[in-house]
Amino acid sequence: MKILTHPTSSVDSTMMFIFVAAVLTMPIWLTPIGAAYPDLMQRFVIFGLFATGFNILFGLTGYLSFGHAAFLGIGSYTAVWSFKLLGMNPIPAAIFAVTVSGVFALVIGYISLRRSGIYFSILTLAFAQMCYAIAYSDLIGKFLGINLTNGETGLRVLADDPRMLDGVLTSGIDTSALTVNLFGLDLTHTWVWNGFQFNAGFYFCAFVLIIASYIAMRIFRSPFGLMLKAVKTNQNRLNYTGVNTKPYTLAAFVISGMYAGLAGALLCITDPLAGAERMQWTASGEVVLMVILGGMGTLMGPMLGAGIIKFSEQKFSTWGKPELHEFLAFIPDGIRDTVVSVASLFVGSGWHLTLGLVFMLIVIFLPGGIVEGGRRILMIVTGSNRRNRQIQAAAQAAE
Amino acid sequence: MAILQVRNVNKRFGGLQALDDVNLSVEQGTIHAIIGPNGAGKSTLLNCFVGRLTPDTGSVMFNGKSLLEISPHEINQAGVSRVFQTPEIFTDLTILENVMIPTFAHRDGSFKVNWWPRVDKEAQTRDHAMSVLDEIGLADKKDIVASALSRGDKRRLEMAMCLAQDPKLLLLDEPTAGMSRADTNATIDLLKRIGKSRGITKVIIEHDMHVVFSLADKIAVLAQGAVIAEDLPENIKTDPRVKEAYLGEEAVA
Repeated sequence: MKILTHPTSSVDSTMMFIFVAAVLTMPIWLTPIGAAYPDLMQRFVIFGLFATGFNILFGLTGYLSFGHAAFLGIGSYTAVWSFKLLGMNPIPAAIFAVTVSGVFALVIGYISLRRSGIYFSILTLAFAQMCYAIAYSDLIGKFLGINLTNGETGLRVLADDPRMLDGVLTSGIDTSALTVNLFGLDLTHTWVWNGFQFNAGFYFCAFVLIIASYIAMRIFRSPFGLMLKAVKTNQNRLNYTGVNTKPYTLAAFVISGMYAGLAGALLCITDPLAGAERMQWTASGEVVLMVILGGMGTLMGPMLGAGIIKFSEQKFSTWGKPELHEFLAFIPDGIRDTVVSVASLFVGSGWHLTLGLVFMLIVIFLPGGIVEGGRRILMIVTGSNRRNRQIQAAAQAAE
Repeated sequence: MAILQVRNVNKRFGGLQALDDVNLSVEQGTIHAIIGPNGAGKSTLLNCFVGRLTPDTGSVMFNGKSLLEISPHEINQAGVSRVFQTPEIFTDLTILENVMIPTFAHRDGSFKVNWWPRVDKEAQTRDHAMSVLDEIGLADKKDIVASALSRGDKRRLEMAMCLAQDPKLLLLDEPTAGMSRADTNATIDLLKRIGKSRGITKVIIEHDMHVVFSLADKIAVLAQGAVIAEDLPENIKTDPRVKEAYLGEEAVA
């Protein structure tokens, strides 16, 4: 018999504390594996946020959206418009991005959630591709006679944009460089200490991620979260239990859309540029991979999945034969050439092959993702398996 | 006083008259059994009470309120709970969570974004769920995932989930189907016991005559979609129309 015990609030607090410490010290502990440069760390954090939000919908309710990149893109466009009109402060940009993507999620979710299963997925995919087409060709902008998304070039901040609040919030500071700043603090700035790089933009994103993760944890442990889990298990029973499941799934959809919009806004911090390619279906598929790889329905899994995918993308896609020769130097010369030529198919532009293989292995052998794998190892090490068996024996004896 | 009043209900599936002018009156606080041979329309009738099916004509009134044209969750919020023929439970969740969900639904209504409090700090809800599990005899299994339960326990769990909501009317679709004699007797005792102090009205669909005659205060007999008799158990036992419906004309002659 399977026993399920949920972490108590003190266990959750400890986990949260470890998580916060780990995120804040990323520039230090990522240095040995060569991943500690600001741009990559920001991507870990931003896609971790995106995946965490996606998991609230997919992990809890089981509704698989194939169109969440649309909200990522909408968040980016809104943020750049906020930069253009209000100024280079990330806070109004983030607030507007969350609001606008939330409104879009409400409309798209309301229509898509009229169906479930594969039809729901297809509807969300269709909406996302529509958003992509609208942004790529700037259809609404053309209709209104303004430059809304700037088509395939992408939307960027220009020197003659109004930026109305820039003079108010950052008086006396030169903002003509058009970099994002938090009340005067340039977010592209990096402090260097003992060779470690501490980037202001990274810490801004990390701060947002920590708050968003805390909110996600509250949702997971709340009665609302329990209802979402019940939707996944048996929606029919839930309806006959007096629960209107539609607004629950819609709320989950909107929340995850808002997380995506926030992630989209954060993507514009280092580079205030929004392009339509951010909304393409491959981006929607990537977040599904992240969540499944890390462990759907777990709190930390999506973040791990996002980190691993972004890290491997960075590493494997830049590798070529010379790096492989160096990496596989322990293999005798005679066979090394063959091994390298085979392995070279899986790096560089072929790194998606590696991703595909890893994904297949996870889905077949470890459906719970990396978190499930970690839990199994932990059980073997601590022997908590034995404790579970004792509880089971007690339960059976009581029968 | 009649808590459930069914008037002239008709339901047609293509060429089949599934329900033929059904009239039924269930008194508050009683156990009312609906019996009949296979295909008599018993489950169809029950589906009309919970919003799964809408009759072509007729009315279903519960406490003076129509149950037609409203959705299943509204019917449940009005005080009608249903136990299904194959247990409908939350198989991925623990026994305790299974019973806490209906308790939350009873407390918070059909929709509430209650995202801040922790489930494990909701002592009142948990205590209520535990008291129901105690009553039904599943308290010692509270942390077990529901999919691991035996069929009989799954059915008891579903009953606990319905009772946790303090329903006014409990609908049970063949609560002893596929059970051994011992389990059947245990279920009969359970059904007699549960909700008696709270005066819960129960409507039971059943095949097993032993169960029906040990439980029911009143019995309605359904045959080919029509109610052919509605009476006290002792009168039903001797009713020639009932014998005919069950055994065929020759047996009566």
